[in-house]
Amino acid sequence: MSLIATLGAIEIGLVFALVALGVYITFRVLDFPDLTVDGTLPLGAAVAAAMIAGGINPVWATAAAIIAGCLAGTVTAWLNIRFAILHLLAGILTMTALFSINLRVMGVPNIPLMNRPTVIDFFTWLNPFIAAMGLPARPTLRVMALLIIVTVIAALLARFLKTEFGLAMRATGANPRMARAQGIRTDMYIYVGVALSNGLVALAGALFAQTAGFADVSIGTGTIIAGLAAVILGETIFRTRSIVVAVFSCLIGAIAYRLAIALALNAGWLGLRASDLNLVTAVLVGIALMLPGVANPLRSLFKRSAP
Amino acid sequence: MISVRDVHVTFGRGTPLENRALRGLDLAVADGEFITVIGSNGAGKSTLLNVLSGDARAESGTVEVDGIDVTRWPTPKRAGLIARVFQDPMAGTCERLTIEENMALAQARGRTRGLGPALDKPRRVLFRDKLAMLGLGLEDRLGDSMGLLSGGQRQAVSLLMSTLAGTKTLLLDEHTAALDPRTAAFVLDLTRRIVEEQKLTALMVTHSMRDALDHGSRTVMLHEGKVAFDIAGERRKTMDVPDLLQLFKQVRGEELADDSLLLS
Repeated sequence: MSLIATLGAIEIGLVFALVALGVYITFRVLDFPDLTVDGTLPLGAAVAAAMIAGGINPVWATAAAIIAGCLAGTVTAWLNIRFAILHLLAGILTMTALFSINLRVMGVPNIPLMNRPTVIDFFTWLNPFIAAMGLPARPTLRVMALLIIVTVIAALLARFLKTEFGLAMRATGANPRMARAQGIRTDMYIYVGVALSNGLVALAGALFAQTAGFADVSIGTGTIIAGLAAVILGETIFRTRSIVVAVFSCLIGAIAYRLAIALALNAGWLGLRASDLNLVTAVLVGIALMLPGVANPLRSLFKRSAP
Repeated sequence: MISVRDVHVTFGRGTPLENRALRGLDLAVADGEFITVIGSNGAGKSTLLNVLSGDARAESGTVEVDGIDVTRWPTPKRAGLIARVFQDPMAGTCERLTIEENMALAQARGRTRGLGPALDKPRRVLFRDKLAMLGLGLEDRLGDSMGLLSGGQRQAVSLLMSTLAGTKTLLLDEHTAALDPRTAAFVLDLTRRIVEEQKLTALMVTHSMRDALDHGSRTVMLHEGKVAFDIAGERRKTMDVPDLLQLFKQVRGEELADDSLLLS
Protein backbone atom coordinates (compact mmCIF):
# COMPACT_ATOMS: atom_id res chain seq x y z
CA MET A 1 0.00 0.00 0.00
CA SER A 2 1.38 3.39 -0.99
CA LEU A 3 2.12 6.19 1.47
CA ILE A 4 -0.64 8.34 -0.06
CA ALA A 5 -3.15 5.50 0.30
CA THR A 6 -2.10 4.98 3.94
CA LEU A 7 -2.46 8.69 4.71
CA GLY A 8 -5.85 8.67 2.99
CA ALA A 9 -7.00 5.76 5.15
CA ILE A 10 -5.84 7.49 8.33
CA GLU A 11 -7.53 10.70 7.23
CA ILE A 12 -10.92 9.08 6.70
CA GLY A 13 -10.34 7.05 9.88
CA LEU A 14 -9.91 10.27 11.86
CA VAL A 15 -13.10 11.72 10.40
CA PHE A 16 -14.95 8.55 11.35
CA ALA A 17 -13.37 8.64 14.81
CA LEU A 18 -15.80 11.49 15.50
CA VAL A 19 -18.64 9.29 14.24
CA ALA A 20 -17.38 6.54 16.57
CA LEU A 21 -17.43 8.97 19.52
CA GLY A 22 -21.02 9.93 18.66
CA VAL A 23 -22.06 6.30 18.34
CA TYR A 24 -20.27 5.52 21.62
CA ILE A 25 -22.37 8.17 23.42
CA THR A 26 -25.70 6.84 22.17
CA PHE A 27 -25.11 3.09 22.02
CA ARG A 28 -22.72 2.63 24.90
CA VAL A 29 -23.31 5.49 27.35
CA LEU A 30 -27.04 6.11 26.91
CA ASP A 31 -28.09 2.65 25.73
CA PHE A 32 -30.11 4.50 23.06
CA PRO A 33 -29.42 2.92 19.63
CA ASP A 34 -29.69 5.97 17.43
CA LEU A 35 -29.76 5.58 13.64
CA THR A 36 -30.16 9.31 12.93
CA VAL A 37 -26.43 9.52 12.18
CA ASP A 38 -26.89 8.16 8.62
CA GLY A 39 -28.67 11.45 7.97
CA THR A 40 -26.60 13.66 10.27
CA LEU A 41 -23.25 12.97 8.58
CA PRO A 42 -24.42 14.28 5.16
CA LEU A 43 -26.33 17.05 6.99
CA GLY A 44 -23.08 18.29 8.53
CA ALA A 45 -21.34 18.05 5.15
CA ALA A 46 -24.24 19.80 3.39
CA VAL A 47 -24.48 22.70 5.82
CA ALA A 48 -20.72 23.27 5.90
CA ALA A 49 -20.29 22.95 2.11
CA ALA A 50 -23.27 25.15 1.26
CA MET A 51 -22.07 27.89 3.60
CA ILE A 52 -18.41 27.71 2.53
CA ALA A 53 -19.45 27.76 -1.13
CA GLY A 54 -21.56 30.80 -0.24
CA GLY A 55 -18.44 32.57 1.00
CA ILE A 56 -18.93 32.18 4.74
CA ASN A 57 -15.95 31.64 7.04
CA PRO A 58 -15.29 27.87 7.36
CA VAL A 59 -15.22 28.10 11.18
CA TRP A 60 -18.76 29.52 11.24
CA ALA A 61 -19.84 27.00 8.62
CA THR A 62 -18.48 24.16 10.76
CA ALA A 63 -20.15 25.55 13.89
CA ALA A 64 -23.47 25.80 12.01
CA ALA A 65 -23.07 22.16 10.91
CA ILE A 66 -22.61 21.08 14.54
CA ILE A 67 -25.73 23.00 15.62
CA ALA A 68 -27.74 21.45 12.77
CA GLY A 69 -26.62 18.00 13.92
CA CYS A 70 -27.60 18.75 17.53
CA LEU A 71 -31.06 19.83 16.33
CA ALA A 72 -31.50 16.61 14.32
CA GLY A 73 -30.58 14.59 17.43
CA THR A 74 -33.01 16.60 19.52
CA VAL A 75 -35.81 15.73 17.10
CA THR A 76 -35.05 12.00 17.45
CA ALA A 77 -34.94 12.24 21.24
CA TRP A 78 -38.17 14.24 21.23
CA LEU A 79 -39.97 11.64 19.09
CA ASN A 80 -38.83 8.94 21.51
CA ILE A 81 -39.44 10.73 24.81
CA ARG A 82 -42.50 12.83 24.06
CA PHE A 83 -44.39 10.33 21.90
CA ALA A 84 -42.88 7.04 23.12
CA ILE A 85 -41.81 6.07 19.59
CA LEU A 86 -39.26 3.23 19.65
CA HIS A 87 -35.75 4.77 19.58
CA LEU A 88 -34.70 2.77 16.49
CA LEU A 89 -37.79 3.95 14.60
CA ALA A 90 -37.47 7.54 15.81
CA GLY A 91 -33.93 7.60 14.42
CA ILE A 92 -35.04 6.14 11.08
CA LEU A 93 -37.82 8.74 10.82
CA THR A 94 -35.41 11.64 11.37
CA MET A 95 -32.84 10.08 9.03
CA THR A 96 -35.44 9.72 6.27
CA ALA A 97 -36.57 13.31 6.67
CA LEU A 98 -32.95 14.48 6.65
CA PHE A 99 -32.38 13.06 3.17
CA SER A 100 -34.84 15.61 1.76
CA ILE A 101 -33.60 18.35 4.08
CA ASN A 102 -30.00 17.77 2.96
CA LEU A 103 -31.03 18.18 -0.69
CA ARG A 104 -32.83 21.41 0.23
CA VAL A 105 -29.78 22.69 2.10
CA MET A 106 -27.44 21.98 -0.81
CA GLY A 107 -29.87 22.78 -3.63
CA VAL A 108 -27.95 20.25 -5.76
CA PRO A 109 -26.93 16.67 -4.97
CA ASN A 110 -23.23 17.52 -4.97
CA ILE A 111 -21.23 20.62 -3.99
CA PRO A 112 -17.52 20.68 -4.89
CA LEU A 113 -15.24 22.63 -2.55
CA MET A 114 -12.05 22.75 -4.60
CA ASN A 115 -9.78 25.71 -3.75
CA ARG A 116 -12.16 27.01 -1.11
CA PRO A 117 -10.96 28.05 2.35
CA THR A 118 -11.37 25.29 4.96
CA VAL A 119 -10.63 24.86 8.66
CA ILE A 120 -7.49 22.97 7.60
CA ASP A 121 -6.04 26.35 6.55
CA PHE A 122 -5.72 27.23 10.25
CA PHE A 123 -3.08 24.52 10.60
CA THR A 124 -0.64 25.69 7.90
CA TRP A 125 1.82 26.55 10.70
CA LEU A 126 2.51 22.79 10.69
CA ASN A 127 3.90 22.96 7.13
CA PRO A 128 7.60 23.49 8.09
CA PHE A 129 7.52 20.38 10.31
CA ILE A 130 5.87 18.32 7.57
CA ALA A 131 8.43 19.53 5.01
CA ALA A 132 11.23 18.66 7.45
CA MET A 133 9.88 15.10 7.74
CA GLY A 134 9.78 14.82 3.96
CA LEU A 135 6.14 13.74 3.84
CA PRO A 136 3.70 14.73 1.08
CA ALA A 137 2.51 18.22 2.05
CA ARG A 138 -1.29 18.41 1.56
CA PRO A 139 -2.32 14.89 2.68
CA THR A 140 -0.07 15.04 5.75
CA LEU A 141 -1.38 18.47 6.71
CA ARG A 142 -4.95 17.15 6.56
CA VAL A 143 -4.03 14.16 8.75
CA MET A 144 -2.18 16.31 11.29
CA ALA A 145 -4.98 18.88 11.48
CA LEU A 146 -7.62 16.19 11.92
CA LEU A 147 -5.47 14.43 14.50
CA ILE A 148 -5.28 17.61 16.59
CA ILE A 149 -9.02 18.36 16.28
CA VAL A 150 -10.09 14.79 17.04
CA THR A 151 -7.69 14.35 19.98
CA VAL A 152 -8.88 17.58 21.59
CA ILE A 153 -12.53 16.58 21.18
CA ALA A 154 -11.91 13.08 22.55
CA ALA A 155 -10.12 14.55 25.57
CA LEU A 156 -12.98 16.97 26.19
CA LEU A 157 -15.52 14.14 25.89
CA ALA A 158 -13.58 11.91 28.29
CA ARG A 159 -13.39 14.78 30.76
CA PHE A 160 -17.08 15.53 30.33
CA LEU A 161 -18.02 11.91 31.10
CA LYS A 162 -16.14 12.19 34.38
CA THR A 163 -18.04 15.28 35.55
CA GLU A 164 -21.13 15.09 37.76
CA PHE A 165 -23.25 15.80 34.69
CA GLY A 166 -21.46 13.14 32.63
CA LEU A 167 -21.70 10.57 35.41
CA ALA A 168 -25.46 11.21 35.62
CA MET A 169 -25.66 10.63 31.85
CA ARG A 170 -23.87 7.30 32.23
CA ALA A 171 -26.25 6.32 35.03
CA THR A 172 -29.20 7.23 32.77
CA GLY A 173 -28.04 4.57 30.31
CA ALA A 174 -26.89 2.02 32.86
CA ASN A 175 -29.93 1.99 35.17
CA PRO A 176 -32.63 4.59 34.46
CA ARG A 177 -34.83 3.62 37.41
CA MET A 178 -31.95 3.95 39.85
CA ALA A 179 -30.96 7.22 38.16
CA ARG A 180 -34.41 8.72 38.69
CA ALA A 181 -34.41 7.57 42.32
CA GLN A 182 -31.12 9.46 42.69
CA GLY A 183 -32.75 12.65 41.42
CA ILE A 184 -31.51 12.41 37.82
CA ARG A 185 -33.98 13.75 35.23
CA THR A 186 -33.27 10.98 32.73
CA ASP A 187 -35.27 12.58 29.87
CA MET A 188 -33.11 15.70 29.98
CA TYR A 189 -29.92 13.61 29.84
CA ILE A 190 -31.22 11.65 26.84
CA TYR A 191 -31.95 14.93 25.03
CA VAL A 192 -28.47 16.29 25.76
CA GLY A 193 -26.71 12.99 24.96
CA VAL A 194 -28.43 12.32 21.64
CA ALA A 195 -27.97 15.97 20.60
CA LEU A 196 -24.28 15.85 21.53
CA SER A 197 -23.81 12.57 19.63
CA ASN A 198 -25.39 13.95 16.46
CA GLY A 199 -23.47 17.19 16.82
CA LEU A 200 -20.24 15.18 16.77
CA VAL A 201 -21.37 13.22 13.72
CA ALA A 202 -22.34 16.44 11.91
CA LEU A 203 -18.88 17.80 12.74
CA ALA A 204 -17.46 14.64 11.14
CA GLY A 205 -19.57 15.40 8.06
CA ALA A 206 -18.39 19.03 7.96
CA LEU A 207 -14.73 17.92 8.23
CA PHE A 208 -15.30 15.25 5.60
CA ALA A 209 -16.58 17.86 3.15
CA GLN A 210 -13.59 20.10 3.85
CA THR A 211 -10.92 17.39 3.64
CA ALA A 212 -12.39 15.35 0.76
CA GLY A 213 -13.28 18.55 -1.11
CA PHE A 214 -16.99 17.88 -1.73
CA ALA A 215 -20.34 17.22 -0.10
CA ASP A 216 -22.77 14.69 -1.54
CA VAL A 217 -26.21 13.58 -0.37
CA SER A 218 -25.23 9.91 -0.65
CA ILE A 219 -22.25 9.88 1.75
CA GLY A 220 -24.41 8.96 4.77
CA THR A 221 -25.23 5.39 3.79
CA GLY A 222 -23.69 2.94 6.23
CA THR A 223 -22.46 5.61 8.67
CA ILE A 224 -23.97 3.87 11.67
CA ILE A 225 -22.43 0.50 10.79
CA ALA A 226 -19.02 2.06 10.19
CA GLY A 227 -19.28 3.84 13.55
CA LEU A 228 -20.30 0.63 15.29
CA ALA A 229 -17.44 -1.24 13.62
CA ALA A 230 -14.99 1.33 15.01
CA VAL A 231 -16.47 1.13 18.52
CA ILE A 232 -16.47 -2.68 18.56
CA LEU A 233 -12.95 -2.88 17.13
CA GLY A 234 -11.70 -0.37 19.69
CA GLU A 235 -13.31 -2.26 22.55
CA THR A 236 -11.82 -5.52 21.31
CA ILE A 237 -8.32 -4.02 21.15
CA PHE A 238 -8.54 -2.32 24.57
CA ARG A 239 -10.53 -4.30 27.09
CA THR A 240 -11.00 -1.68 29.74
CA ARG A 241 -13.37 -0.34 32.35
CA SER A 242 -11.73 3.08 32.29
CA ILE A 243 -13.93 5.63 30.55
CA VAL A 244 -10.91 7.61 29.33
CA VAL A 245 -9.33 4.57 27.67
CA ALA A 246 -12.74 3.59 26.28
CA VAL A 247 -13.15 6.99 24.60
CA PHE A 248 -9.68 6.88 23.05
CA SER A 249 -10.15 3.27 21.98
CA CYS A 250 -12.92 4.60 19.68
CA LEU A 251 -10.27 6.66 17.86
CA ILE A 252 -7.87 3.77 17.55
CA GLY A 253 -10.73 1.52 16.46
CA ALA A 254 -11.82 3.94 13.73
CA ILE A 255 -8.30 4.32 12.32
CA ALA A 256 -7.49 0.60 12.56
CA TYR A 257 -10.75 -0.19 10.82
CA ARG A 258 -10.04 2.15 7.90
CA LEU A 259 -6.49 0.84 7.55
CA ALA A 260 -7.79 -2.74 7.47
CA ILE A 261 -10.36 -1.80 4.81
CA ALA A 262 -7.69 -0.02 2.76
CA LEU A 263 -5.41 -3.07 2.99
CA ALA A 264 -8.22 -5.37 1.88
CA LEU A 265 -9.11 -3.13 -1.06
CA ASN A 266 -5.44 -2.86 -2.02
CA ALA A 267 -4.86 -6.59 -1.99
CA GLY A 268 -5.47 -7.26 -5.65
CA TRP A 269 -5.88 -11.02 -5.22
CA LEU A 270 -9.04 -10.45 -3.10
CA GLY A 271 -10.65 -8.81 -6.11
CA LEU A 272 -12.48 -6.19 -4.01
CA ARG A 273 -13.58 -2.82 -5.34
CA ALA A 274 -14.09 0.42 -3.42
CA SER A 275 -17.84 -0.02 -3.87
CA ASP A 276 -17.66 -3.27 -1.87
CA LEU A 277 -16.94 -1.23 1.29
CA ASN A 278 -20.43 -1.40 2.77
CA LEU A 279 -20.65 -5.15 2.17
CA VAL A 280 -17.29 -5.75 3.84
CA THR A 281 -18.28 -3.53 6.78
CA ALA A 282 -21.63 -5.22 7.28
CA VAL A 283 -20.00 -8.68 7.15
CA LEU A 284 -17.32 -7.63 9.68
CA VAL A 285 -19.84 -6.15 12.12
CA GLY A 286 -22.05 -9.20 11.65
CA ILE A 287 -19.14 -11.50 12.52
CA ALA A 288 -18.35 -9.34 15.57
CA LEU A 289 -21.92 -9.80 16.79
CA MET A 290 -21.78 -13.55 16.19
CA LEU A 291 -18.48 -14.24 17.93
CA PRO A 292 -18.98 -15.82 21.34
CA GLY A 293 -17.12 -14.50 24.35
CA VAL A 294 -16.24 -11.15 22.84
CA ALA A 295 -17.07 -8.44 25.34
CA ASN A 296 -19.71 -6.90 23.16
CA PRO A 297 -21.99 -4.15 24.43
CA LEU A 298 -24.22 -4.38 21.39
CA ARG A 299 -25.06 -8.02 21.74
CA SER A 300 -27.87 -7.34 24.18
CA LEU A 301 -29.34 -4.75 21.84
CA PHE A 302 -29.15 -6.60 18.59
CA LYS A 303 -29.35 -10.24 19.50
CA ARG A 304 -32.17 -12.04 21.17
CA SER A 305 -30.99 -14.01 24.17
CA ALA A 306 -30.52 -17.71 23.61
CA PRO A 307 -33.63 -19.77 24.46
CA MET B 1 -42.57 13.37 58.28
CA ILE B 2 -44.88 11.64 55.85
CA SER B 3 -48.58 12.22 55.44
CA VAL B 4 -50.69 10.21 53.00
CA ARG B 5 -54.35 11.25 52.85
CA ASP B 6 -57.15 9.36 51.10
CA VAL B 7 -54.89 8.21 48.25
CA HIS B 8 -56.35 6.18 45.40
CA VAL B 9 -54.26 4.41 42.75
CA THR B 10 -55.76 2.27 39.98
CA PHE B 11 -53.69 0.43 37.39
CA GLY B 12 -55.15 -0.30 33.96
CA ARG B 13 -58.35 1.67 34.54
CA GLY B 14 -61.13 0.62 32.19
CA THR B 15 -59.41 -2.61 31.11
CA PRO B 16 -60.29 -6.17 32.13
CA LEU B 17 -57.10 -6.13 34.23
CA GLU B 18 -58.16 -3.07 36.22
CA ASN B 19 -56.48 -3.22 39.60
CA ARG B 20 -57.41 -0.86 42.38
CA ALA B 21 -54.10 -1.00 44.22
CA LEU B 22 -54.82 1.74 46.78
CA ARG B 23 -58.37 2.56 47.83
CA GLY B 24 -58.35 5.60 50.05
CA LEU B 25 -55.21 4.91 52.06
CA ASP B 26 -54.46 7.14 55.05
CA LEU B 27 -51.15 7.05 56.86
CA ALA B 28 -49.27 9.56 58.97
CA VAL B 29 -45.66 8.96 59.95
CA ALA B 30 -44.07 11.26 62.51
CA ASP B 31 -40.47 12.46 62.30
CA GLY B 32 -38.02 9.79 63.39
CA GLU B 33 -40.61 7.04 63.34
CA PHE B 34 -39.61 3.64 61.90
CA ILE B 35 -42.67 1.84 60.55
CA THR B 36 -42.77 -1.71 59.28
CA VAL B 37 -45.41 -2.51 56.66
CA ILE B 38 -46.85 -5.98 56.14
CA GLY B 39 -49.67 -7.39 54.03
CA SER B 40 -50.37 -10.22 51.60
CA ASN B 41 -49.57 -10.05 47.88
CA GLY B 42 -51.52 -7.32 46.16
CA ALA B 43 -52.36 -5.55 49.41
CA GLY B 44 -50.74 -2.37 48.10
CA LYS B 45 -47.40 -2.39 49.97
CA SER B 46 -45.21 -1.72 46.93
CA THR B 47 -47.75 0.74 45.50
CA LEU B 48 -47.61 2.69 48.77
CA LEU B 49 -43.82 3.01 48.44
CA ASN B 50 -44.14 3.88 44.73
CA VAL B 51 -46.70 6.58 45.49
CA LEU B 52 -44.30 8.02 48.04
CA SER B 53 -41.25 7.85 45.76
CA GLY B 54 -43.11 9.14 42.69
CA ASP B 55 -42.89 5.96 40.59
CA ALA B 56 -46.71 5.78 40.81
CA ARG B 57 -49.01 8.80 40.86
CA ALA B 58 -51.98 9.24 43.18
CA GLU B 59 -55.22 9.72 41.23
CA SER B 60 -56.81 11.48 44.18
CA GLY B 61 -55.72 12.34 47.66
CA THR B 62 -52.49 14.03 48.77
CA VAL B 63 -48.97 12.94 49.61
CA GLU B 64 -46.89 15.20 51.83
CA VAL B 65 -43.25 14.78 52.81
CA ASP B 66 -41.73 17.10 55.41
CA GLY B 67 -44.81 19.29 55.14
CA ILE B 68 -44.43 19.76 51.36
CA ASP B 69 -47.20 18.60 49.04
CA VAL B 70 -45.36 16.32 46.57
CA THR B 71 -48.43 14.64 45.06
CA ARG B 72 -47.66 15.92 41.53
CA TRP B 73 -43.85 15.79 41.75
CA PRO B 74 -41.97 13.37 39.45
CA THR B 75 -39.53 10.87 40.97
CA PRO B 76 -36.29 12.85 40.35
CA LYS B 77 -37.70 15.94 42.07
CA ARG B 78 -38.73 13.91 45.12
CA ALA B 79 -35.26 12.43 45.39
CA GLY B 80 -34.20 15.59 47.19
CA LEU B 81 -36.47 14.54 50.07
CA ILE B 82 -36.62 10.76 49.86
CA ALA B 83 -34.10 7.94 49.57
CA ARG B 84 -35.05 4.44 48.55
CA VAL B 85 -33.53 0.96 48.69
CA PHE B 86 -35.03 -1.53 46.25
CA GLN B 87 -35.82 -5.22 46.71
CA ASP B 88 -33.64 -6.29 43.80
CA PRO B 89 -29.95 -5.68 44.63
CA MET B 90 -29.40 -5.01 40.91
CA ALA B 91 -32.03 -2.23 40.85
CA GLY B 92 -30.54 0.16 43.38
CA THR B 93 -27.05 0.48 41.91
CA CYS B 94 -25.40 0.71 38.48
CA GLU B 95 -23.38 -2.45 37.96
CA ARG B 96 -21.45 -0.94 35.05
CA LEU B 97 -20.16 1.90 37.25
CA THR B 98 -17.64 1.62 40.07
CA ILE B 99 -18.47 1.68 43.78
CA GLU B 100 -17.19 5.24 44.14
CA GLU B 101 -19.12 6.41 41.07
CA ASN B 102 -22.32 4.92 42.47
CA MET B 103 -21.69 6.71 45.75
CA ALA B 104 -20.96 9.99 43.94
CA LEU B 105 -24.30 9.67 42.15
CA ALA B 106 -26.08 9.23 45.46
CA GLN B 107 -24.20 12.05 47.15
CA ALA B 108 -25.38 14.51 44.47
CA ARG B 109 -29.03 13.51 45.00
CA GLY B 110 -31.23 16.59 45.13
CA ARG B 111 -28.43 18.90 43.95
CA THR B 112 -27.81 20.40 40.51
CA ARG B 113 -25.18 18.33 38.72
CA GLY B 114 -22.62 20.58 37.14
CA LEU B 115 -19.44 20.24 35.11
CA GLY B 116 -17.15 19.83 38.08
CA PRO B 117 -15.46 16.46 38.52
CA ALA B 118 -17.78 13.81 39.95
CA LEU B 119 -15.00 12.43 42.13
CA ASP B 120 -12.24 14.22 44.01
CA LYS B 121 -9.99 13.49 46.94
CA PRO B 122 -12.28 14.70 49.78
CA ARG B 123 -15.15 12.67 48.38
CA ARG B 124 -13.01 9.54 48.04
CA VAL B 125 -11.88 9.93 51.66
CA LEU B 126 -15.51 10.32 52.77
CA PHE B 127 -16.63 7.27 50.79
CA ARG B 128 -13.74 5.21 52.13
CA ASP B 129 -14.66 6.11 55.72
CA LYS B 130 -18.32 5.32 55.14
CA LEU B 131 -17.50 1.96 53.53
CA ALA B 132 -15.15 1.09 56.37
CA MET B 133 -18.12 1.28 58.74
CA LEU B 134 -19.66 -1.70 56.96
CA GLY B 135 -16.76 -3.94 57.94
CA LEU B 136 -16.90 -5.73 54.59
CA GLY B 137 -13.48 -4.66 53.34
CA LEU B 138 -15.07 -2.60 50.57
CA GLU B 139 -13.10 0.51 51.56
CA ASP B 140 -10.15 -0.84 49.55
CA ARG B 141 -12.27 -1.52 46.48
CA LEU B 142 -13.55 1.96 45.61
CA GLY B 143 -12.60 1.53 41.96
CA ASP B 144 -14.14 -1.92 41.56
CA SER B 145 -17.21 -2.17 39.39
CA MET B 146 -20.45 -2.63 41.33
CA GLY B 147 -21.21 -5.75 39.31
CA LEU B 148 -18.41 -7.60 41.11
CA LEU B 149 -20.18 -7.33 44.49
CA SER B 150 -22.53 -9.93 45.98
CA GLY B 151 -26.21 -9.15 46.51
CA GLY B 152 -25.70 -8.53 50.22
CA GLN B 153 -22.72 -6.23 49.62
CA ARG B 154 -24.73 -4.29 47.05
CA GLN B 155 -27.66 -3.84 49.45
CA ALA B 156 -25.26 -2.68 52.17
CA VAL B 157 -23.74 -0.12 49.78
CA SER B 158 -27.26 0.90 48.66
CA LEU B 159 -28.16 1.59 52.29
CA LEU B 160 -25.02 3.64 52.71
CA MET B 161 -25.83 5.54 49.49
CA SER B 162 -29.29 6.39 50.82
CA THR B 163 -27.70 8.38 53.65
CA LEU B 164 -25.09 10.33 51.64
CA ALA B 165 -27.31 13.23 50.54
CA GLY B 166 -28.63 13.88 54.03
CA THR B 167 -32.31 13.22 53.21
CA LYS B 168 -34.40 12.33 56.25
CA THR B 169 -36.91 9.91 54.74
CA LEU B 170 -35.96 6.35 53.84
CA LEU B 171 -38.10 3.83 51.94
CA LEU B 172 -37.11 0.17 52.16
CA ASP B 173 -38.88 -2.15 49.73
CA GLU B 174 -38.35 -5.71 51.05
CA HIS B 175 -34.69 -4.93 50.75
CA THR B 176 -33.59 -8.20 52.36
CA ALA B 177 -35.99 -10.52 50.50
CA ALA B 178 -33.41 -11.53 47.88
CA LEU B 179 -30.68 -12.32 50.42
CA ASP B 180 -29.73 -15.47 52.33
CA PRO B 181 -30.76 -15.46 56.03
CA ARG B 182 -27.34 -14.55 57.43
CA THR B 183 -26.79 -11.69 54.99
CA ALA B 184 -30.38 -10.55 55.52
CA ALA B 185 -29.74 -10.34 59.27
CA PHE B 186 -26.58 -8.30 58.64
CA VAL B 187 -28.38 -5.87 56.33
CA LEU B 188 -31.30 -5.52 58.76
CA ASP B 189 -28.93 -4.77 61.62
CA LEU B 190 -27.17 -2.19 59.44
CA THR B 191 -30.57 -0.68 58.60
CA ARG B 192 -31.41 -0.32 62.29
CA ARG B 193 -28.01 1.28 63.00
CA ILE B 194 -28.30 3.77 60.14
CA VAL B 195 -31.90 4.74 60.94
CA GLU B 196 -30.99 5.32 64.59
CA GLU B 197 -27.74 7.19 63.96
CA GLN B 198 -29.16 9.47 61.28
CA LYS B 199 -32.54 9.81 63.03
CA LEU B 200 -34.36 8.90 59.82
CA THR B 201 -38.07 8.54 59.22
CA ALA B 202 -38.27 5.06 57.71
CA LEU B 203 -40.88 2.87 56.07
CA MET B 204 -39.86 -0.78 55.69
CA VAL B 205 -41.99 -3.20 53.69
CA THR B 206 -41.36 -6.81 54.69
CA HIS B 207 -42.81 -10.26 54.17
CA SER B 208 -41.47 -11.49 57.48
CA MET B 209 -43.75 -11.04 60.53
CA ARG B 210 -40.71 -11.64 62.72
CA ASP B 211 -38.79 -8.74 61.16
CA ALA B 212 -41.90 -6.57 61.22
CA LEU B 213 -42.13 -6.90 65.01
CA ASP B 214 -38.40 -6.89 65.76
CA HIS B 215 -37.65 -3.66 63.94
CA GLY B 216 -39.03 -0.17 64.19
CA SER B 217 -41.57 1.30 66.55
CA ARG B 218 -44.86 0.71 64.75
CA THR B 219 -46.34 -1.95 62.45
CA VAL B 220 -48.98 -1.32 59.81
CA MET B 221 -50.83 -4.00 57.90
CA LEU B 222 -52.29 -3.18 54.51
CA HIS B 223 -55.23 -5.04 53.06
CA GLU B 224 -56.98 -4.30 49.76
CA GLY B 225 -55.39 -0.90 49.44
CA LYS B 226 -56.17 0.36 52.95
CA VAL B 227 -54.65 0.21 56.41
CA ALA B 228 -56.19 -2.84 58.06
CA PHE B 229 -54.49 -2.40 61.42
CA ASP B 230 -51.90 -0.15 62.95
CA ILE B 231 -50.18 -1.20 66.18
CA ALA B 232 -47.60 0.59 68.27
CA GLY B 233 -46.49 1.12 71.86
CA GLU B 234 -47.27 -1.35 74.64
CA ARG B 235 -49.64 -3.46 72.59
CA ARG B 236 -46.94 -4.05 69.97
CA LYS B 237 -44.27 -4.81 72.56
CA THR B 238 -46.28 -7.66 74.07
CA MET B 239 -47.12 -9.12 70.68
CA ASP B 240 -45.46 -12.13 69.18
CA VAL B 241 -45.66 -13.63 65.70
CA PRO B 242 -48.66 -15.87 66.50
CA ASP B 243 -50.62 -12.86 67.80
CA LEU B 244 -49.83 -10.95 64.66
CA LEU B 245 -50.78 -13.94 62.55
CA GLN B 246 -54.07 -14.12 64.43
CA LEU B 247 -54.74 -10.46 63.67
CA PHE B 248 -53.74 -11.05 60.05
CA LYS B 249 -56.20 -13.97 59.75
CA GLN B 250 -58.95 -12.01 61.45
CA VAL B 251 -58.74 -9.20 58.91
CA ARG B 252 -58.72 -11.61 55.99
CA GLY B 253 -61.29 -13.89 57.59
CA GLU B 254 -63.79 -11.10 58.00
CA GLU B 255 -63.35 -10.29 54.35
CA LEU B 256 -64.13 -13.89 53.53
CA ALA B 257 -67.22 -13.77 55.70
CA ASP B 258 -68.31 -10.65 53.87
CA ASP B 259 -67.86 -12.38 50.54
CA SER B 260 -69.86 -15.42 51.64
CA LEU B 261 -72.64 -13.15 52.83
CA LEU B 262 -72.70 -11.45 49.48
CA LEU B 263 -72.76 -14.74 47.61
CA SER B 264 -75.47 -16.41 49.68
